[in-house]
Amino acid sequence: MLALFYLFAAISVISALIVVSARNPINSVIALIVCFLSIAGHYILLNAQFLAMVHVIVYTGAIMVLFLFVIMLLNLNKATEPMKSLGMRVAAITGGGLLFITLAAAIRHGVSIQSANPFDAGIGLVRSVGHVLFTEFLLPFEVSSVLFLSAIVGVVMLAKKEKHQPNASVEPLTEAERARRTA
Amino acid sequence: MEEGIITAIRVVPLDHYVLLSFLLFSIGAAGVVFRRNTIIILMCLELMFNSVNLLLTAFSAHHSDPRAQVFVFFIMLVAAAEVTVGLSILVMMKRNVDSVDVNQLNRLKG
Repeated sequence: MLALFYLFAAISVISALIVVSARNPINSVIALIVCFLSIAGHYILLNAQFLAMVHVIVYTGAIMVLFLFVIMLLNLNKATEPMKSLGMRVAAITGGGLLFITLAAAIRHGVSIQSANPFDAGIGLVRSVGHVLFTEFLLPFEVSSVLFLSAIVGVVMLAKKEKHQPNASVEPLTEAERARRTA
Repeated sequence: MEEGIITAIRVVPLDHYVLLSFLLFSIGAAGVVFRRNTIIILMCLELMFNSVNLLLTAFSAHHSDPRAQVFVFFIMLVAAAEVTVGLSILVMMKRNVDSVDVNQLNRLKG
């Protein structure tokens, strides 16, 4: 069991590093899908079977396909992205490492919690999660549908192509200006 | 099989899950600063969301409390809405400045 945990942990960390370091956005998306599948494996190890299924369906099935659609539609599947300056990259790696060291040092004595409830093998199954969701958290569940409605309206407003722009405030960049900013 | 799943909660210490999610969160945070492509930055945000979800689920399983898993469910809902809005902003950015490079968006700079 511990070996299975280490296997999933290694897969998720390595694929997360590939997400950050891959030059081609398609490779990043594929690595992120692998990372999400290994996290679903962690959920199954934790007996959270409902969350594992929702995670695979929502994240791997819907969100990552949306990312792939956008990359294909906008024709971004070329490794032409200029890198940030060397100082910025070093700062990013140092900052991330320091963040991890700080967080890990905070739990260096180990995390010991007193379990609030007696051990129950049914936690995380559809039955227990659904019961809490539809009794205690019914109002937030309904409010989240309003959130989705506003997201739908916002997306349609944002992505709609404007027919004419009489006083367009954003004009396309000239080549010289783009070269100056990319440098 | 059910026995094996139940023993996994007992065998794997909570520290391991906490350290793993810290590591994933740090990789995501470093990636936001490291990359210039907006779509990769959005993916790093997803990675950070997922590390927090994993941490909540681990504590939920060790506490035998299903409420935290409901929180994870809501985080997934909000992340789905956030990604759709973020990607439509990205489509608009590509249409207006013909690039997905965040360094192109410095028009507010005098």
